[in-house]
Amino acid sequence: MIRTAFVATLLASATPLLAETHTISPGENAQERLQEALILAQPGDEIVLEAGRYAMSDGLSLDVDGVTLRGAGMDGTVLDFTGQQGAGEGLLVTSDNVTMRDFALENPKGDGVKSKGADNIVYHRIRVTWTRGPHPENGAYGIYPVESTGVLIDGVKVTGASDAGIYVGQSNRITVRNSIAEANVAGIEIENSRNALVEHNIATRNTGGILVFDLPNLPVMGGGNVVVANNLVVANDTPNFAPPGNIVAGVRRGTGIMVMANENVLIEDNILSGNPTAPVMVIAYTQPYDDDRYNPLPREVVVGPNQFDGGGYDPQLDGAEMLLAAFGGELPPVLWDGLGSLVAAEGTMGWSLNLTEAGKGLGGAQPGLMTVDAPADSFDRSGIGAPAELDTRL
Amino acid sequence: MKHLSVFLCAVLAFASAAAVEARRMAPEVSDAAIQGKALPRTLEEFGFFIHADAQIPTLGVIPYRLNTPLYSDGAEKLRFVYVPQGTKMQPDGEGLIDFPVGTALIKTFAFGEGDERRLIETRVLLHRAEGWLALPYVWNEKQTEARLAIAGARVPVTTPQGEEISYRVPNKNQCKECHGLNDAVVPIGPKARNLSQEWLSANLGVLPEGADTLPVWENRAQSSTAAVARAFLDVNCAHCHRPGATASNSGLDLRWEQDDPHANGIMKRPVAAGRGAGGLLFDVVPGKPQESILLHRMLSNEPGIAMPELGKATIDEEGADAVRRWIEEMPQ
Repeated sequence: MIRTAFVATLLASATPLLAETHTISPGENAQERLQEALILAQPGDEIVLEAGRYAMSDGLSLDVDGVTLRGAGMDGTVLDFTGQQGAGEGLLVTSDNVTMRDFALENPKGDGVKSKGADNIVYHRIRVTWTRGPHPENGAYGIYPVESTGVLIDGVKVTGASDAGIYVGQSNRITVRNSIAEANVAGIEIENSRNALVEHNIATRNTGGILVFDLPNLPVMGGGNVVVANNLVVANDTPNFAPPGNIVAGVRRGTGIMVMANENVLIEDNILSGNPTAPVMVIAYTQPYDDDRYNPLPREVVVGPNQFDGGGYDPQLDGAEMLLAAFGGELPPVLWDGLGSLVAAEGTMGWSLNLTEAGKGLGGAQPGLMTVDAPADSFDRSGIGAPAELDTRL
Repeated sequence: MKHLSVFLCAVLAFASAAAVEARRMAPEVSDAAIQGKALPRTLEEFGFFIHADAQIPTLGVIPYRLNTPLYSDGAEKLRFVYVPQGTKMQPDGEGLIDFPVGTALIKTFAFGEGDERRLIETRVLLHRAEGWLALPYVWNEKQTEARLAIAGARVPVTTPQGEEISYRVPNKNQCKECHGLNDAVVPIGPKARNLSQEWLSANLGVLPEGADTLPVWENRAQSSTAAVARAFLDVNCAHCHRPGATASNSGLDLRWEQDDPHANGIMKRPVAAGRGAGGLLFDVVPGKPQESILLHRMLSNEPGIAMPELGKATIDEEGADAVRRWIEEMPQ
């Protein structure tokens, strides 16, 4: 009896009072029924999408705090946006403490799921697929949280994004883990963000696997404190299919993990295999910019122990043939432009362009073997990753 | 006895019909509908119109027009504002207006001329104690009633240019995509800089700072190319492309008062434009409209490329011309 009461109390405390479940089934008017549920939901409510395929004619949006949107699995519940007529994304979330889990979006015209200013958001087992595979007319981002604090992305899968599969921008306290990014231009991209943990993911057949960037002239700048660990970054060899003009259009086919203009980045315990331009690339921002707040250099970047296997054999770089000849047919796994500061675990092989100034092009490049120090201290991981309470929603 | 009851019924029926007619003659605006907690299911519950189908407003509901309007597929737009008795609209700095709690902003979208005119939707923006609330009402085929369509709708429409389109009535959340600022819903149309001096003097009693500075769109030939284009961008784009709003992460700030050329898009690289960039490198390249992403996106109808993302299904040729000329004439 006491035990029953205890369990009941536990249940009551875990679920907000009067939280309701709204069940949506596929079929006639699914767009209106689902959108209406997303609008009329109260904080704490759960919207359940029954298994099946939902034909969507417009973008969906959620602006209520604390709502859970749950499907019947990332192959069971499919929101099909092939006939989408409007809006810039499949699903837009603008409220806090939202959990999305166990459903898929196919062929959204713009981005897949975008969450903006949506703090403490959880993406769990969400699939976003552009079904024709790599194509420049696919949407830009699959999973796209921006301007948010507290982002947990776990077990998602994105295929075919013409920019980045999983893109976290201008945010803080981020975890991306257990996810698959396949056949996108950029697999996983952390941009102008701080305190991000990217671990236990698979990035394969993208143009570039995992990118950590900081760009000028954005409302939120100063990317840093990023850990990229225990990822499988394999065979990122898809030719770049980004529409020109996007920053990732400049990413070379065959880039494994790339850091550009960021501080305090740790890359360790990853398996990098079959990335033909460079398994790891650490460079400065090369474009002209006009922004006093911006530092274009990579700083305090640490390449720890990683497992490198078969990279740098077909670099998409100027003078590739000469480089290959000079380095004996295959480039060392770490490519640094020589700008900013980089340390690497003992035994890490690398080469440097030995540039002396950012933004001056490759004219002054004097390629040679990289000579850098070993990391002096252990990397400070405090405060990196999504807040622990987000785990309780999985 | 039976005769009498039939007579009584008839009298009662006549009396209630007369009451309905009288109410139609001059309804009182329902402050309860505007300020209450409920989401009124029909537009009629607000009592804004004497003849709603003819869009004749009741007492206290004031029509207004904007100097430079937002493009909505060429829809005719009928705009009204209501403030409760004993309250006033007041200047609110930077040429804006402070609307008291209890204000309703009402905008009806119509297509077709004269007898052929068909009302499609009426959007209301209600200033409740807890903030602004945006609701869309969709007109029925017979034009007798507009009902709340919280999830929006699609309506087949023929535009003034003769294009057959699937016109999108935004859902309640989509209203916020344009009306959202720092996580609150705000009015975006009736700013003092975009209203005539006559209207402002008559309704505010004073002329706010910065009043009536945007060119009147029909008379735009009399204004500078830059003023026309910047007014267009302010009205059509800046509700999202400004700090604190939906597209703030783009870093593009198209507000009238933003004078930094880079923030206005000049030689600014896109951030998350995706294929919207169309192979171009900068938002605006002086002298080169064909190399400017801003214009490229205005000239597209395709979701994922088209700008604005919401609120139009056709290309605004006049607006695009204004922006094209502005870019062409920019010193290189």
